[in-house]
Amino acid sequence: MRHGKYPFVIGFLFAPVALYVTFVIWPYAQAFQISMTNWRGLSAPQWVGFDNYRRLLDDGAFWKAVQHHGVLLLALPLITVAIALFFAFLLNVGGKSSGGQRQGVWGAKFYRVVFFFPQVLAVAIIAVLFQMVYRPNESGLINGVLMKFGLEPILFLVKPNLALWSIIAVLVWQAVGFYVVLFSAGMASIPGEIYEAAEMDGATKVTLFFRVTLPLLWDTLQVAWVYLGIAAFDAFAIVAVLSVDGGGPDGATTVLAMEIYRNAFVYSKYGYASAMGVALFFLTLTFAALTLRLTKRESVEY
Amino acid sequence: MNPQSTLPPTPAALPPKTGDPSGPARPGSQGPRPEVRFFSRLGHVALAVWAVIVIVPILWTFLAAFKNTSEIFSSPWTLPAELRWENFSRAWTKAHVGRYFLNSVIVVSCSTFLTMLLGSMAAYVLARYKFWGNRAVYFLFVSGLAFPVFLALVPLFFVVKNLGLLDTHTGVVLVYAAYSLPFTVFFLAAFFKTLPSSVAEAGMIDGCGHSRLFFQVMMPMAKPGLISVAIFNIIGQWAQYQLPLVLLSNAKDKWVLTQGIADISVNAGYEADWSGLFAALTIAILPMIIVYAVFQRQIQAGLTSGAVK
Repeated sequence: MRHGKYPFVIGFLFAPVALYVTFVIWPYAQAFQISMTNWRGLSAPQWVGFDNYRRLLDDGAFWKAVQHHGVLLLALPLITVAIALFFAFLLNVGGKSSGGQRQGVWGAKFYRVVFFFPQVLAVAIIAVLFQMVYRPNESGLINGVLMKFGLEPILFLVKPNLALWSIIAVLVWQAVGFYVVLFSAGMASIPGEIYEAAEMDGATKVTLFFRVTLPLLWDTLQVAWVYLGIAAFDAFAIVAVLSVDGGGPDGATTVLAMEIYRNAFVYSKYGYASAMGVALFFLTLTFAALTLRLTKRESVEY
Repeated sequence: MNPQSTLPPTPAALPPKTGDPSGPARPGSQGPRPEVRFFSRLGHVALAVWAVIVIVPILWTFLAAFKNTSEIFSSPWTLPAELRWENFSRAWTKAHVGRYFLNSVIVVSCSTFLTMLLGSMAAYVLARYKFWGNRAVYFLFVSGLAFPVFLALVPLFFVVKNLGLLDTHTGVVLVYAAYSLPFTVFFLAAFFKTLPSSVAEAGMIDGCGHSRLFFQVMMPMAKPGLISVAIFNIIGQWAQYQLPLVLLSNAKDKWVLTQGIADISVNAGYEADWSGLFAALTIAILPMIIVYAVFQRQIQAGLTSGAVK
């Protein structure tokens, strides 16, 4: 790799770096600058310092969105990881052991394929699908059944205290399969001898799960938590499509991405929307730093 | 890490431990304890219930796509009285699902191709060549993983607008590719590092130029990694909703599928054409089922490849 190295290196890097700087780095850098202006798109932007950020503090919609991110951040990983861990354990080590070989339950392969499928669908498509599932009259999948039995229909997306949870349920519905596969990969790399030894000592399935599988899976769990946390900070497509008028009813399901979109492309408050974007960025950063700190612990070598 | 290792594992993937000398004393050969049997039965029920929860909404959509609106309201749980294919033709032409579908195919195939070409070029150079600024460029790319797209949304809109690319597929393709680069470079750089250097050296001695070495020797060798990332990008870009919403808002004939279906669902309320919406949803979901059925292993490996590191 001697002669003509630099022309080649520059030739190969030029196009990717140019594209990346134009559409990613340059906009990110500008976002911080625009957030300090009162730009509405027509006249030249005026520097207003931290005014937008001060206004954020008094903005009810902003705080509602932040609060919803808090709920999402706790509920989404907790529910998804719990369900996925349970299923992954059943599918990998839930069956009987023969000759020291850990086996999953019957039909494990089929379940893995089916559970994973929603991950392949676009969130926007899933949101439309669940609009139909949640419909408040007899044409809805759930309420159609309830009303057949003479029960009152449940207004999933209209009741303010139910709407956010209806949305979280859809996110869980989509995510579980992915984490079942992810945890399965982690569990497969745990040597069978460890389970065998524990079973010899009379450990039950429950003990196996909590004393063997869980500690040895810690790194994968941490990855899952970070991924689901990032998903909790986005949630734009699902809220924009599934919820009643984009984050409703009355802001009961709104998220920061929704507010940024609304302020920028409906109200043309570009400066203010950028300030929200910066706030979102620092929230994400704080979450990532906290997760890495709190979950840091000795990983078990095996 | 080799993405192969993220393939869905089967019990057979564990190291074989046959010929246990302890013979009949094995714990597994005794009948399971009642408490164990109870849990395993509970487990079966839970698995079956979740499978039903995943399958039923999709199946129900497919059935409703053949019904008419009054059937959808009166008997949502029965089979359609007759197969009304006209729902599909109405969705395909009148609601423009065909157009949206084609747009998605065009945009995603171009953007994934561009992502893979530029991403592997950058990753290869960064992984295998020492030069001044190598680390800086690498971290420039990888830092993109930490930023939410929504931070850049407003300036991005104006960058694309000022380049005259608003409401064009070119603009969307370039933006998709740019935002896919961080993960693609991150993943492929790690992959190129694992390839043996002896092959590359042999090529150089035979008078192979740098570019030829890359396209004819290194690219074929990196195939497993390239396939994983390509699948990751195809599925991610196919699912995009927020970027096309912002970048294509005024050009309805250029919309991609996610955008189109979301728009049809809004209009279905006004026009009371629910069967058309169900048919449109079916058109959007069915191809994914077929693709998934064929490439199930590769897709699972590709999507989880980013997480297992």
